[in-house]
Amino acid sequence: MENFEPNIVAFCCHYCAYAAADLAGSSRIQYPPNVHIIRTPCTGRLEVDYFMKAFENDADGVLVAGCEEGSCHFKEGNLLAKRRVNYTRDLLSESGLEAERLRMVNVSAASAQKFAEIVRDMVETVRKLGPARQKSLTTKP
Amino acid sequence: MIVAERKSIPELIEILKRHKKILVLGCGTCVTVCLAGGEREVSIIASALRIASRVHGLGFEVDELVIERQCDNIFIEQAAEAIQKCDAVLSLGCGAGVQAIAERYPQKPVYAGLNTAFLGILEERGVWAEKCAACGLCVLDKYGGICPVTRCAKRMLNGPCGGSREDRCEVRPDRPCAWQLIYTRLKGIGQLDRLKQIESPKNWGPSLSGGPRVIIREDHRV
Repeated sequence: MENFEPNIVAFCCHYCAYAAADLAGSSRIQYPPNVHIIRTPCTGRLEVDYFMKAFENDADGVLVAGCEEGSCHFKEGNLLAKRRVNYTRDLLSESGLEAERLRMVNVSAASAQKFAEIVRDMVETVRKLGPARQKSLTTKP
Repeated sequence: MIVAERKSIPELIEILKRHKKILVLGCGTCVTVCLAGGEREVSIIASALRIASRVHGLGFEVDELVIERQCDNIFIEQAAEAIQKCDAVLSLGCGAGVQAIAERYPQKPVYAGLNTAFLGILEERGVWAEKCAACGLCVLDKYGGICPVTRCAKRMLNGPCGGSREDRCEVRPDRPCAWQLIYTRLKGIGQLDRLKQIESPKNWGPSLSGGPRVIIREDHRV
């Protein structure tokens, strides 16, 4: 467990979080390499199935990063995503995984530092929870 | 349409735990429209079962399939191969679909993955409301197209009950009073005189009280 490096999938909105991640890179701001970024046109495009498939395919944590509330490029895509994330968190709990493994955050395109902090916090949170795959050793239905 | 909602994952695990190879079988009709058992929901439930199996060490092998209509033998045939391969079927169809599959495959365990709730319509995005109780003897013609059997909590045929607050039902304040709706509707179509007629007690024989129902059309039988 000490050497466990979490596998985090981050769905990042093209108009904000993806730009923030890009800016973090350009600004030489360090954040853990555990995060695999997937660019999406809007977090409102994401569906419950996407998050479930990520966990099914060995993700230990999933980050959904959209625009600040009220600033969505498509008006309310981030608010739709928030509801879907909340629904999926319940579904994950029912399935035996901690809801904390899925997190929705709001990041503006200029918030490179904030993006790096969010990734660091997410990696540490999931590192403490342990690998999603090996929970079978400790839990019962 | 028939409206249903999914059972919880712990419930499904309890139902399926004695099996290994599981087919999650969706239906492309009513339960697809009410977002309970279509292609997307089959994929989500199958993923949840795989994750739960991994977390709890249940050893499930979960397969997925969606057919156009589970309540029709013509379409059930399309699932034959997948059903043969699995140990058990988790049907995400309505109660009729589950039973149609079970009748067709007497040797195969078939379980309901949904709770079939009611006959209703989509009122607004994400909200389905009951409109018909399938009572077998429709009275909608007398009430301006608003069903007091289904939508009045007290099923009053001679309403209103007097307990409503403004236009809200006394029993469920989140729902409108059916009798307020009936009054407004009859007024709108100029048939308020209908409310002066006293309705005699309803014949519940054609409803569930009369036992399992069947409709036979001799002109269509072969």
